[in-house]
Amino acid sequence: MKPAGSIVFFTVASGAGYGLLFWLGLLGATGQVAGSAGFTLVALVLALLLVTAGLCSSLLHLGHAERAWRALSQWRSSWLSREGVAAIITYVPAVLGGVCLLTGAAQAAQVLGLLAAVCALATVYCTSMIYASLKPIKEWAHPLVPAGYVVLALFSGACLLAVLLALAGQDATVPALQALVFGGLAAALKWQYWRSIDTARPIATLESATGLGRIGTTRPLDPPHTQSNYLMREMGFRVARKHAVSLRTLTLWAGLAGPAVLAALALALGGALAALLRVLAALLAVGGLLVERWLMFAEATHTVTLYYRGT
Amino acid sequence: MTCLPAAKPGQKKLGLVIDLDTCVGCQACATNCKEWNASGHSAPLPDFNAYSAGAEGVWFNRVHSYEAGDGGAGKTVHFPRSCLHCDNAACVTVCPTGASYKRAEDGIVLVDADKCIGCQLCAWACAYGAREFDEDEGVMKKCTLCVDRIYNENIPEAQRKPACVVTCPTGARHFGDLGDPESDVSKLVAARDGYALMPELDYQPVNRYLPPRKHVVPEQGKPVEDAPTPMDIKSGLLRWMDKVLTR
Repeated sequence: MKPAGSIVFFTVASGAGYGLLFWLGLLGATGQVAGSAGFTLVALVLALLLVTAGLCSSLLHLGHAERAWRALSQWRSSWLSREGVAAIITYVPAVLGGVCLLTGAAQAAQVLGLLAAVCALATVYCTSMIYASLKPIKEWAHPLVPAGYVVLALFSGACLLAVLLALAGQDATVPALQALVFGGLAAALKWQYWRSIDTARPIATLESATGLGRIGTTRPLDPPHTQSNYLMREMGFRVARKHAVSLRTLTLWAGLAGPAVLAALALALGGALAALLRVLAALLAVGGLLVERWLMFAEATHTVTLYYRGT
Repeated sequence: MTCLPAAKPGQKKLGLVIDLDTCVGCQACATNCKEWNASGHSAPLPDFNAYSAGAEGVWFNRVHSYEAGDGGAGKTVHFPRSCLHCDNAACVTVCPTGASYKRAEDGIVLVDADKCIGCQLCAWACAYGAREFDEDEGVMKKCTLCVDRIYNENIPEAQRKPACVVTCPTGARHFGDLGDPESDVSKLVAARDGYALMPELDYQPVNRYLPPRKHVVPEQGKPVEDAPTPMDIKSGLLRWMDKVLTR
């Protein structure tokens, strides 16, 4: 599948934003982050900015962005519609929570924060299901895809919260630990996912796609058109095998393991150096996620390529 | 609404039956499809670089050619590929706007171009590559089963069939109600062992393909060795002995 820049940015930015929103809500409600109301407000605004930038970027992928409001109507059947609805609902407790923080209603802010955390998680899950529900793409219709989206959002959100706390000169121990845990979890998950898609049986074959298997092994002879077309460009995108391997390695070590190690190091060292390490960790995490999401598209194969290439 | 219409017994299911035995891969169906639909329900169908290198455009029907089998049993098969108007159409249920829909009255899958936001998710969800994005207009396009012909009272009744069907010079394309077991197309499918494409995805296509007929294999059995004729015996003496002894 062709990686669309707008969607790669959207899922990474909104994933990180929702992850940050989740940790703010959860850790705020359980009192594990001792940030002031002012700090929480700044972090909340940043989370919503990331989410909004992502959602705006996703509009760039549309042929008719001015009709995007229509996408909220079919939540009964469409995961894309559900994602849109969940994204908008999430703004309600998040913004109201912010208002409560401003007015000093701390307890109401905690409850709304928890609500926002649940909504944020639900939105990320809906995003992941857009991909996981597409049967013709075996790399997406995979049980580890939703888990990957959620874990990576929580990982990047924790990295961001750790940076913000460190920059504000506050104790970042809890989110740093979360970054460590979810970074490790994400690395294990992606490794298992890649191993699984590499050995997965194809979802269909040219023989079943044409029904010609009853005659024997089938292979393409003449293409239906001599030039390219939308299908070949959109579904036929392929990343060279050797690049896929090096990009996977980059994601795993620089994007996931690296930030987790830096988070651990920052915990051990403390002080100004720790803040620097946390900034570095967050930058690595975001960079790693961009590579991971690009690869998620580039490595995905669609059954329509069977008709054109036989594989 | 992008939920699929509830299945009813005796539901009308309009679709195509494509005979791979008689298709000669002439591209007439694809050409007439383009011709009709460039000004039909989903018009226009854009072309890019139409008069230079890299010419391409939106087509609803693409004719591939394959080799199947090996040796004497192998065949060259021409294979037209278009929308199968699936009963379990994922392209419809993934649509976030309600632009994609399956008609309850005849099962045709259509796109309402005024509601389409061009997210292209339906094209990703279609296993068969039946949907092509109109990059000029920013909306998705697909086969309409010539909904603007088959009910069109302004054209002679004999022509109220999809453009690909009326134009096929070998009669390889058939149109009818596949929901009715007594219809001509259903009987043809039953008689010729017609099948659906990629059944493992459970999209339940309505269109059916008729497999190429099997080769007529001559009576199997050991070839009988011809008895040598007198002329096979090179030596004159032996030929004379053969003549005497056979007498």
